[in-house]
Amino acid sequence: MLIVGELINASRKAIAAAVEARDRDVIQKIARDQVEAGADYVDVNAGVFLEREPEYLEWLVKTVQSAVKCPCCIDSPDPKAIEAAVAVHDGTAMINSISLEKERLDKLLPLLAGTDLKVVALCMSDEGMPETANARMAIADRLVNALVQKNVSIENIHVDPLVQPISTNILFGVEFVDTIERMGASYDGIHTLCGLSNISFGLPKRHLLNQTFVSMAIAKGLDGAIVNPLDKRMMANIIAAEALAGRDEYCTEYLAAYRAGLFGV
Amino acid sequence: MADFTQIIETLIAGDSGALEGLVKKALDDKLAAKEVLNDGLIKGMDIIGEKMQSGDMFIPEVLRSANAMSSALELLRPLLSDEDMSVSGKVVIGTVKGDLHDIGKNLVKMMLETAGFEVIDLGVDVEPKSFVDAVKENKMNVLALSALLTTTMPVMKQTVDAITEAGLRNDVKILVGGAPVTPQYADQIGADGYAADAGSATLLLKKLMG
Repeated sequence: MLIVGELINASRKAIAAAVEARDRDVIQKIARDQVEAGADYVDVNAGVFLEREPEYLEWLVKTVQSAVKCPCCIDSPDPKAIEAAVAVHDGTAMINSISLEKERLDKLLPLLAGTDLKVVALCMSDEGMPETANARMAIADRLVNALVQKNVSIENIHVDPLVQPISTNILFGVEFVDTIERMGASYDGIHTLCGLSNISFGLPKRHLLNQTFVSMAIAKGLDGAIVNPLDKRMMANIIAAEALAGRDEYCTEYLAAYRAGLFGV
Repeated sequence: MADFTQIIETLIAGDSGALEGLVKKALDDKLAAKEVLNDGLIKGMDIIGEKMQSGDMFIPEVLRSANAMSSALELLRPLLSDEDMSVSGKVVIGTVKGDLHDIGKNLVKMMLETAGFEVIDLGVDVEPKSFVDAVKENKMNVLALSALLTTTMPVMKQTVDAITEAGLRNDVKILVGGAPVTPQYADQIGADGYAADAGSATLLLKKLMG
């Protein structure tokens, strides 16, 4: 399971403050904590800063990479900011994200073409939010093909089928996990990745829904998640789900997590 | 005034069938359709809006009640005039240009309609000019703007400015909302108010409209 640590996002007040103050220590500690807790990529997001985003995103990448060896997940809706961040990134970054929205697609494809960059492919288009698995597959089809035609390898594509809240439509969870299953069946070697918390928007005890949702998605083949790695219950859930889905030979990860005290006393 | 407690409670419980039954009975008992609407259904949705704001009711329950209200409204519609139907105000709502998110906006629209507002929904990715045109052509008195991306928040300011440039600022109350939006931002851009959810939006607008 690919884990992207989500904590370094400037929409969180403490992070915004640290970024504006150029407080390396704060950022580096959070990066280290996330990696120790199992993050494979550290997400960096400075979207709240608008025009100053490219400058701050560059700073975040450099600061994170001076503390940890793992690559960054460069999280931005602005192709300019992404380009600036990739330029200073050491090793192969993940770009979060590309979609079928014309401006994003047109500006990001040249950046990705022929490189080994990993990319999150979000199932969104200029027509708005897809509601059904069919609508998502239609978008994914065009998006994956657009990427492959620019020599992005399938193994570098992590499709995000778009998580929507079940509070507004009780079928949104089902449409999502069905899409995950169909993605795996349609494209050999492709990956899937998503943030989970949208699923529980508008309902109480969100962590209960988020954790159950990740288990259901893993059962259908989800192989990546953008989470808070410091949330032990979530991480424990993911590890248990992976083992139950047959993706943990000899229950190695499960037992390692147990011995590391991840499952509580 | 007649006692609408049962109608209100049934609306809060979201039981469409039972609610239709109660509304039919009220009409059979010769109660005025307008009274049933204002003192029963709209009053009930106001209470639901408060419960949503205070966290006592959640989105799916509010949706269920709104659906029940819609069915009940169909029974009253033939007996109501246009003014009866939109007592609270006339709202243009939309998600600003560059932003495709619509779940919050749709919830607000639904709550406003059940609270007696007439709502024109321009959808998502809406140009400032489209908002201006809709307000002008339809003589709307409320403009509600939604944005979920921090990158599209500035377009809210552009929209408020466009309304001012078109000489319409004094004719509309402007309300803004969406996850990254704050009351401070609402003040900064010259909006009349900010709401964090559909329940609060409805209550605030009712207050603003007097």
